[in-house]
Order: sequence, then C-alpha cells, then structure tokens
Amino acid sequence: MKILVGVKRVIDYNVKIRVKADKSGVETSNVKMSMNPFDEIAVEEAVRLKEKGIATEIVAVSLGPVASQETIRTALAIGADRGIHVVTDIDLQPLAVAKLLKAVVDREKPDLVILGKQAIDDDSNQTGQMLAALAGWPQGTFASKVTPADGHVEVVREVDGGLETVKLTLPAVITTDLRLNEPRYASLPNIMKAKKKPIEQLTPEALGVDPAPRLTVLKVEEPPKRSAGKKVGSIAELVDKLKNEARVI
Amino acid sequence: MAILVLAEHDNAGLKPATLNTIAAAKAIGGEIHVLVAGDHAEGAAKAASAIAGVSKILLADAPHYAHALPETLAPLLVKLAPGYSHLLAPATSIGKNVMPRVAALLDVAQISDIVAVVEPDVFVRPIYAGNALATVKSTDAIKVITVRITGFSAAEATGGSAPIETTAPDEAAASSEFLGQALSKSERPELTAAKIVVSGGRGMQSGDNFHLLEKVADQLGAAVGASRAAVDAGFVPNDYQVGQTGKIVAPELYIAVGISGAIQHLAGMKDSKVIVAINKDEEAPIFQIADYGVVGDLFKLIPELSEELQKAKA
Repeated sequence: MKILVGVKRVIDYNVKIRVKADKSGVETSNVKMSMNPFDEIAVEEAVRLKEKGIATEIVAVSLGPVASQETIRTALAIGADRGIHVVTDIDLQPLAVAKLLKAVVDREKPDLVILGKQAIDDDSNQTGQMLAALAGWPQGTFASKVTPADGHVEVVREVDGGLETVKLTLPAVITTDLRLNEPRYASLPNIMKAKKKPIEQLTPEALGVDPAPRLTVLKVEEPPKRSAGKKVGSIAELVDKLKNEARVI
Repeated sequence: MAILVLAEHDNAGLKPATLNTIAAAKAIGGEIHVLVAGDHAEGAAKAASAIAGVSKILLADAPHYAHALPETLAPLLVKLAPGYSHLLAPATSIGKNVMPRVAALLDVAQISDIVAVVEPDVFVRPIYAGNALATVKSTDAIKVITVRITGFSAAEATGGSAPIETTAPDEAAASSEFLGQALSKSERPELTAAKIVVSGGRGMQSGDNFHLLEKVADQLGAAVGASRAAVDAGFVPNDYQVGQTGKIVAPELYIAVGISGAIQHLAGMKDSKVIVAINKDEEAPIFQIADYGVVGDLFKLIPELSEELQKAKA
C-alpha cells in the first residue's frame, strides 16, 4: 500500500506569536518554524504502517515557499521514502491546498492519504475533508486508531461525545488527532540518510491548479486581553466572592 | 438571500449548538431555513420549527442519515445549496467533518469557526489558538461557514411555528459505513453547554483523583473538563479536553484545578465569564487570566471547596 502524507511548515507551537503593527498578519520572520504537530503524527502513523509491513512506500508532500523543503526533510528523517515539494509563494488557503494535493494524488495514486486534522497556524481544519471531496473518496477525520485491511480501513474517530468507528473503502483520506500515536524523534543517522532521499519539485502551474485565495484577509488583530484578577487567601473567601461579588454560584 | 442552517440533533430533539448557530444566521440577516437530516427525526424537526425567527424546516428522514456520515450528508447539502447565500453549521465534530466537504464540492472556500459577523460577507475568526483574530471577506457566491458556538448567545428556542417540509433523501454513499460508537456516559451537562465547568490538569496526578472534581462539579451542576496534559497522561478520555485542539467553552464560571495554563488550553476557555484558578505554583500563567486565584495544594483545597459549597448551600 502506498501512503501519501501532507506536511506543513508552521510557526513552532512553543512560540508566542506577535501580530504585525500594520494588522496585515502575524510576524513570521526570525521566528522558529517547525512541522505542524498533527502532520508529525501523520508521518509517524505512515511509518508505523510501513514497519508493520502494511505500507510499501511513503511520499511526503509539502506546499509553500522554498523553506518548506526543511519540513519535507524532517518527514524523510522520520521515515518517509521520498518527497514532493510544490513550490509557491502565494498564501495558500485550504481549498487551494486540497486542489494541489488532488493533482499530486492523481499522479501518485496512493491508497491512503494521511493529513493532520488542522494546522496550528490558521486552525482551519478543512484540507483533508476537501481533498476527500475533490477525489470522491471517503474520509476518516480526527482519527485515534487506523486499521487498514483488505481494501478497507477502519478508523476510530474522536467525536464530541466520545469515540466513533467507521469503515471506509480504499482509497481514503485520514486526518490525525492527538491520540493516534506519539511521534518519534528522528535519529542522527536517519537525519543524515534523509539528506540523500529525493525531493521532486513541482509548481501549481505544472499541476494545472489556480491557487489564488478565495478569502481576503482584511485585518489581523490581537484579541482583547484579559487582565489578572486577585489572589484570595482561602477557599472560604473564594466561595464568598463567587457567591456575593461575581454572583456565579 | 436565505440561509440554511444544518441542525445538530439526536433525532428526538435539538442540541444546544443549533441555537447558537441560528443566532449567527440572524446576525447575517435574511430568511433562515433549518435542515434536519436524521433517522426518525420528527422530534428534532418539531423543536426546530418552534425556534423564533426560523421560516422553514427541511426534514430529510432516512436510516442512512442516522450517523451524519459526511459522504452521504454532504451531497444532500450540495443539492440544496443553490437556493441559499449561506450554509451554516456549528463547529462541532459533525459540522467540522461535513462542511469543508460541502464547500469543496461547491468549489468555494469554507470559513471556519466564526465568532462575529461584520457584514454578510465579512467574518471574524480566531487563528493561532485564538492569539490573533482575523477579519476575512468571502468572495464566493455561497458562503459555507462553521460557527464557534461560544461566539453567539443562543437564539430563543420558542415562539416560532415554521412549517416542516420533507425533502427527498438521497441514497447512502457506498464508500463509508458506520460500525459503532463508544460515547462517554454522564449525568452531567455537556461540556460545551454547561454554565459551570470544573477542569483538571496534570496536577491531578491520576484519573482516580478526578472524583474530587466530579464531587465539586455535581454540587455546582457543572460539567467536568480537562487540559490536554491530563488527557495525554491518560487521566480522562479525549472528549474531556478543553483547548485549541479540544472543545471551546465559555461558561459563566470556569474553575481550573492543577492546570498551569498553556496557550493551547487558554485558547479553549479564556472567553469564560469568570475564571478561577487553583494551583500550587503561584507563578503559573493561568493566574494571569484568572479573576480569582487560590495558591495551594489542590488535594487539600478541593475537599475544602466541597465543604464550603455544602455550607454555602445550607
């Protein structure tokens, strides 16, 4: 089984982001960048399926500026076999990403596509569902367990009330939730090996996709700040304040 | 201009998230229709028809709508879409699953998690775990939107009497099948709808210790939540998780116990009206956003809280 994973380069999850003074967006220069944490889980899951002898090849795809190649190298170091980089400086929104991935899927013909459920920068949570729609495939979003077998994949999904299990016909799109696995750290030998693995470069034009954004960002602002309140000395005082000052109990 | 709202329901009745979504539809303005797709969902359709300000209910009733499988539900929405300027669903696990699929089939963008309506085509949505708010304008003919329910106060559930029209159900998609579910059973209110939420973090030290919080929650009629750290440590199931990647809540009162206050957690609760933090580390970031903080050992303070609540009630 061939698996395609999507990996996005985002501001590292530990960085406290800063909104630009002109409200045009969030400061991304001189900021630590990493692979989107949910995409790390996607790569890890693919590598585990390969280690179990279920997957035969893992292709890691990233879309974006030249620097996105680093993110592909990280995926290769975790265990992906080769990379595809769709190079563009355009601000890619989920629909454009889904269309570009669909074009890559048409060339690569994977049996399974595993993506992160959301990127921690725009928090959209759309791309996997959109790719599944464009490809006419079923989708297993927010996955906490993935079991492929015999032309199908069973997916346990994290839903609002608990867990749900669905059975999907392959090919299918899976999006990862937090508890699917704990991604490994790439070992130094594997990081060295990853440097020799091939990365193919493509462009939106070559894939025949118009990646123009459909949403115009008018402004980006900081949310209203919440100020710290007071410390109270005892639980009795707390209950009194909640009852008589805040009036919430 | 008419707006179609996808109802979240359990066939017998509506989930509260539907009312917040209708409030967002009202903020956009225009005629509001509600789609109830389910299996023996007349009860939910009747509840929808009673909502003030709704002018029509579309009921698609068939066994294959029982589990809101997106492969089956999305084509129904796509078929209905041409009559509407906006398609709305709450940003729940169902809405987030189906709406992007609908948008892609319509070749339009989806706007996730809106918290405010500026114009019928301009919306505010949080990005970067709520550390920034983006105001975005849609250029698409049909706007497909998920609504963050904490951004809009629930619409009145009564006062309306909209007609219920049945819409012919499509066929089930062959590519996906529902096998089963394991839902957390709880007598407590739903996390996203509760007026009071009591949450525990890594400081709880074990899943067993959560019974301390459950006792307080039951005294307050509250829901129990958790930080990602507590979920990752296996103390409680993932559906307890409050935060960027879990549930977004904005209750009247949020009590954070043994939670340090990582930005990913704050993203899920910082719009609560009153926040209480109980933590042994007085430098914990949670105190910077808490209205009331108590520094100390939670294993001593929580039983004390339970006693004081008992006294306050008496």
